[in-house]
Amino acid sequence: MSTIRVRAVSSGDTTVVQSLIQHPMDSGFVKNKKTGKLIPPHHIEVLEFVHGGKTVFTALWGPAVSKNPYVKFAFKGAKKGDEIKVSWVDNEGQSDTLTAKIG
Amino acid sequence: MIQSPDAPDRARRMILKGAAVCGVAGLGLADMTLLIGQALAADAKGWPAEAFKQKNEADVLKALYGKTATASDKIALDAPEIAENGAVVPIAVKSSLPKVTAIAILIPHNPYTLTAAYKIPEGTEAMVANRLKMAKTSKVIAVVESDGKLYTASKTVKVTVGGCGG
Repeated sequence: MSTIRVRAVSSGDTTVVQSLIQHPMDSGFVKNKKTGKLIPPHHIEVLEFVHGGKTVFTALWGPAVSKNPYVKFAFKGAKKGDEIKVSWVDNEGQSDTLTAKIG
Repeated sequence: MIQSPDAPDRARRMILKGAAVCGVAGLGLADMTLLIGQALAADAKGWPAEAFKQKNEADVLKALYGKTATASDKIALDAPEIAENGAVVPIAVKSSLPKVTAIAILIPHNPYTLTAAYKIPEGTEAMVANRLKMAKTSKVIAVVESDGKLYTASKTVKVTVGGCGG
């Protein structure tokens, strides 16, 4: 299952996009309770939303974004049935992509 | 601008493969330099690593945008007065300033000041909502780039239980 959940709803000329991503977003400041060692930072760095070949929103995230991050934004120019592509890359080079239909 | 988010990962795998078989023929020098750069710096393409290391507002703004900011009343910063759980603090920024191209959220009392930076291309509204971690009570600063200039608004959020360490 994808780590990405996205809901994009268009109303008039504006599409509101909400997205939830499953990711630990480890800050690097939290200790592993069993070993007492710091859990290294592991967080999404770049999250991008593309509609019709154009990037409509880019998030640049550090370790202070909450676990399982949520983001909401809105853009113009899309209509119901269009596709929006969501992709992220983290600091360990892991990534995921999902394409969703705008409702 | 990452059209293909798995490119760095692919690049890294290619490098590993290349190193293993010493087979780098077919790659131009420029390609190799680019690939090696990506392989060494594990950070995603376009991620402003320097800005995320800074420990105060001025240094973040300098690293991220190369300029200073002035206060504006045209930025709405929506954050709770008191955050009971510093691990999940809902924060939203909205602005009525014209030609907004970027929004960033800074928390100076966190270990690193910059928490998130957003690029707002033309056609996208000057609005973002997200959830951030706060180590302790701090001012939260919303930064908006409008028509090439930087503006800020801030609000203090009291944190009952910090959300960075443990």
